[in-house]
Amino acid sequence: MKLIGATAIEDKLQDGVAQTIEQLTKAEIKIWVLTGDKQETAENIGYSCNLLREEMNEVFFVAANSPEEVRQELRDARLKMLPDTEEDKFLIPETILGDTPKVVEDENVNGDYGLVINGHSLAFALESNMELEFLRTACMCRTVICCRVTPLQKAQVVELVKKYKKAVTLAIGDGANDVSMIKAAHIGVGISGQEGMQAVLSSDFSFAQFRFLQRLLLVHGRWSYLRMCKFLRYFFYKNFTFTFVHFWYAFFCGFSAQTVYDEGFITLYNLVYTALPVLGMSLFDQDVNAGWSLEYPQLYVPGQLSQYFSKRAFVMCALHSWYSSLVLFFVPYAATYDTARDDGKDGADYQSFALITQTCLTVTVCVQLGLDLSYWTVVNHLFVWGSLGMFFILTFTMYTDGLFQLRPSSFAFIGTARNCLNQPNVWLTVALTAILCVLPVAAYRFFYSQISPTINDKVQYRPAPRPRRTRLTRRSTRRSGYAFSHAHGYGDLVTSGRFLRRHAPARSMGLISTGRSPGFKPTGRSAGYSPVGREQNPKQKVEPTSLQMFRAVKDTSF
Amino acid sequence: MKNEGKSAQRPDNTAFTQQRLPAWQPILSAGIVIPGFLIIGLAFIGIGIGLFLTSQTIQVQEMDYTGVEKDSPCFRCTIPSNLNCTCEVTFSLSTLFTGPVFFYYGLSNYYQNFRRYGVSKDYNQLTGDTRYFKSRSPEEDCSPYSYDSNNNPIVPCGAIANSIFNDTFELYQIINGTKKQVPLDGRGISWWTDYNIKYRNPSPVNGSLAKAFDGTVKPINWPRPAYELDLTDPNNNGFLNQDFLVWMRRAALPQFRKLYRRITDGDYAAGLPAGNYSLTVHYNYPVLSFDGRKKVVFSNVSWMGGKNNFLGLAYLVVGSLCVVMSVVMLVVYAKFKFSDDDDA
Repeated sequence: MKLIGATAIEDKLQDGVAQTIEQLTKAEIKIWVLTGDKQETAENIGYSCNLLREEMNEVFFVAANSPEEVRQELRDARLKMLPDTEEDKFLIPETILGDTPKVVEDENVNGDYGLVINGHSLAFALESNMELEFLRTACMCRTVICCRVTPLQKAQVVELVKKYKKAVTLAIGDGANDVSMIKAAHIGVGISGQEGMQAVLSSDFSFAQFRFLQRLLLVHGRWSYLRMCKFLRYFFYKNFTFTFVHFWYAFFCGFSAQTVYDEGFITLYNLVYTALPVLGMSLFDQDVNAGWSLEYPQLYVPGQLSQYFSKRAFVMCALHSWYSSLVLFFVPYAATYDTARDDGKDGADYQSFALITQTCLTVTVCVQLGLDLSYWTVVNHLFVWGSLGMFFILTFTMYTDGLFQLRPSSFAFIGTARNCLNQPNVWLTVALTAILCVLPVAAYRFFYSQISPTINDKVQYRPAPRPRRTRLTRRSTRRSGYAFSHAHGYGDLVTSGRFLRRHAPARSMGLISTGRSPGFKPTGRSAGYSPVGREQNPKQKVEPTSLQMFRAVKDTSF
Repeated sequence: MKNEGKSAQRPDNTAFTQQRLPAWQPILSAGIVIPGFLIIGLAFIGIGIGLFLTSQTIQVQEMDYTGVEKDSPCFRCTIPSNLNCTCEVTFSLSTLFTGPVFFYYGLSNYYQNFRRYGVSKDYNQLTGDTRYFKSRSPEEDCSPYSYDSNNNPIVPCGAIANSIFNDTFELYQIINGTKKQVPLDGRGISWWTDYNIKYRNPSPVNGSLAKAFDGTVKPINWPRPAYELDLTDPNNNGFLNQDFLVWMRRAALPQFRKLYRRITDGDYAAGLPAGNYSLTVHYNYPVLSFDGRKKVVFSNVSWMGGKNNFLGLAYLVVGSLCVVMSVVMLVVYAKFKFSDDDDA
């Protein structure tokens, strides 16, 4: 036969995919690939984006034709990873009381392993009698690649992980066959592009390139978690403080449910005086800027461990509120006990006391918010100082003559602001309560950041990073990004990578490359090849910085 | 077409939408926190010393005259059958009590801040709106002090008005065995806004304030109706009676003082000289049924108000704690900073 020509379809990976996956792996995010491609294509993709690596201890292939074989292969893989595990023991609580779901815990294995499973075997593995076995084995591996999966199986794998693991799942895809997976996961991300808009239309987030996932998760996802937690903690704090003061006053008003504050203040407290500042915090706050967030993926881990808002954080917040309410009641109480104004007239009446307590509370929660805010934009300044200003403006307005004469019973506090807030000892009381409530928090945070600094603390001290072009760290040069759909024969030869060496000088000998990989042998298992032996190329070593070695993560906020 | 579509879908690249707004990023670094605590501590210590010294210069003379013990001067007035009882309390001052001297009466275990008590008044009545004298405003809460047993409307209605303090006092200085009356000034003891805006008398009918109150009765426990509260001063009647206004401004805590009179006139403009004094109490107000106590207080005031040691002491304590804290922080910072440097 006469060779006329060759055709090829190039379906390249997008830019930055390998680097994105590397960063996400550093952020303790496990990445599984679910693709409809053939096994060798999927493997090649795995190698080219650093999911499968040459230095992995082993990569397991599960490609059997019957359920028993699949089970056996999964079990063999598991026993190789953790040799001393028992056969049938699952780490799930056996007795289920109520509706608590069974959770498969992560098991630590020594070494990196990969798992490649094809759709046919997956169909057996996803059955109810084997799904836990599959999940357990898969979770022990660093990377899982499922090839030749149908869209339904993609969704089933995602649901399996959702059901049995305490993890948040994110599915990202670009084609119509990814829609079911995107919808099944907690977060669905669609990539808009060549394959149309179906994935985009069914997703929660969408963008155009895979590498934007890095920014979505490590920058915006992290900020979003931080903001949400700060918002929640502050909101609980300000409302608990506001409410606990009434509890203390009950002891002094005959338990008659007399409110400490003016009714107008109670209405406007959550609506006007403290709404906008906390909203500003939850929209704009950043603890570490975008550049450093991308540089240090370890910053992402506190969100995974739910450290910023947990039961412990809530209890701490409640204790803080309890202490603040004690200060906010008893300091004004002691300061107005048996006192008079500076002209001798009454200063310890109910309306003055209410106004003093209101002012103390508003100023204190405002200062506390100022301590929580780590990123003061113009909007934040406007909201915080504006709300404090609104408090004084509205207080004075509500206590004026005009409004009283309009409706006496609703504006009964007339004259209180004028007569009470011109007393120096009132302002000294306000200053004392604010300082007494806020300085312990500042001291606590300072001690925490000195004695056990988190990575956030360390990064904050550095100036903003210069944007630099990140080089693609290619660990292995034996692999290429090209896959050949070929069966046995010299396809293996062609794909051995002999013609592909990035840094060595090209000895042009026609088609084949220089050098050969020792120890190569075709396995012939499934028309592909598997990495056997190690090609010891000098891989680029990324020198770890001191921050990269930092592992323990603590609670960064109070 | 493709390019246009792409740029139409592209999100805005402004600083606001891309979260790149310039911002001030304060950090709790050692350079800010330690000096900050030190400065605040020193400032608070200074303020605390000022407050404490000021409070120490204020003179207070307090006398409980409830008459609980059998040997107290007002014991016989506590017997309920003794009406219009008068008792005499003597005291002496060792030094000049610098003026202006303020004369307060104090009550304890008296819950003027009780919620149901506090809502028991009618604001519309008290602004002199006669429409609310006979018919009640919808949000009126005066019951059961709203109508008397013959169903006549009470003006001013409510529990606060009804429970007005009605003990009266006269102060005499004893000079060589004779009593010299100390003039007590009751003008302007209530807030200016209360007297001029919050409370207004109803317009006199035919020139008479009493006629404006026609068809209504006085509160049950009052000796005289509102328009006759002060027989000596015609301007001090109706809702604008100074003692009434002082009482209506209800207290925040169960132990409180209210201004009764000022001592500023005549020979006592500079204050009360040292010597013996005698206070004649017209004992009308019963407090023993709820275990309350009555007392009189003489006090002078300063820029920080009456005598209150708490604020000065609190500032001193907080200031010292801040200074101590800043030293501790310095130690911790030095220890952990240098240990980090040693490691690195």
